[in-house]
Amino acid sequence: MSNSAETRTVLIERSFSHPPEKLWRALTESALLAQWLMKNDFSPEVGKSFQLRAEPVANWNGVIDCEVLAIEPQRKLSYTWGSMGLESVVLFTLTPEEGGTRLRMEQSGFREDQEAAFRGAQYGWQKFLGQLEQVLAGSVA
Amino acid sequence: MVMVFFVPNANANLVFRALSDPTRRAIFEELTREGEHTVHALTRFAGVSQPAVSKHLTVLKQAKLVRHRRDGRETHYRSRPEALAPIADWLRHYSVFWRERFDKLEEVLERMEP
Repeated sequence: MSNSAETRTVLIERSFSHPPEKLWRALTESALLAQWLMKNDFSPEVGKSFQLRAEPVANWNGVIDCEVLAIEPQRKLSYTWGSMGLESVVLFTLTPEEGGTRLRMEQSGFREDQEAAFRGAQYGWQKFLGQLEQVLAGSVA
Repeated sequence: MVMVFFVPNANANLVFRALSDPTRRAIFEELTREGEHTVHALTRFAGVSQPAVSKHLTVLKQAKLVRHRRDGRETHYRSRPEALAPIADWLRHYSVFWRERFDKLEEVLERMEP
């Protein structure tokens, strides 16, 4: 547990030499999304439920249950990501830059706790994961 | 390309479910920070009823996040932070997963009409 950013959330950032409009299509058009993420019935509508489907494997039916939380065309897309009873939140952020777009994906939290964190709850998931690093460092060799 | 998925085992699910509740997380953190506590002390700390605290402790115990010992009429609880390992696994698995997906996205963008 050395990289603190990675222990708090899953965070991936990459620059693509393509304009934001193109990335947005790849993130939000079901057929394109299927080509790089998973088969899906996604539609870009806040509050809309959809499923991502992978090949089932032992002990997992391959289904990820999602619900669109936020959409800001060509800037931001967020949805819940529920699988095997673990519900997290995925947030894509697009930032135009010279010659392309910077895409950032952050996966974190459990939904109810994100809401709690929003209300200023003392024991938010973010804080917990931040402390987890120290806890694990101190307890797991 | 092989898809990497996090398929939690039964205990991982118990750990995540146990910690998805803010009160249980608070209790677990308190025990991790302060060491052993009685149910009474935890009840004062959590600010909920004792039956509620006992229920939370049962869930934490099922996930092996806490262990207890009896001492006369009191039950003392301790945290087992090593039981958090599935969460670290989850983070590692999804880091790999999204890196692979971004590689694939790059390919899709190359193939798309401008």
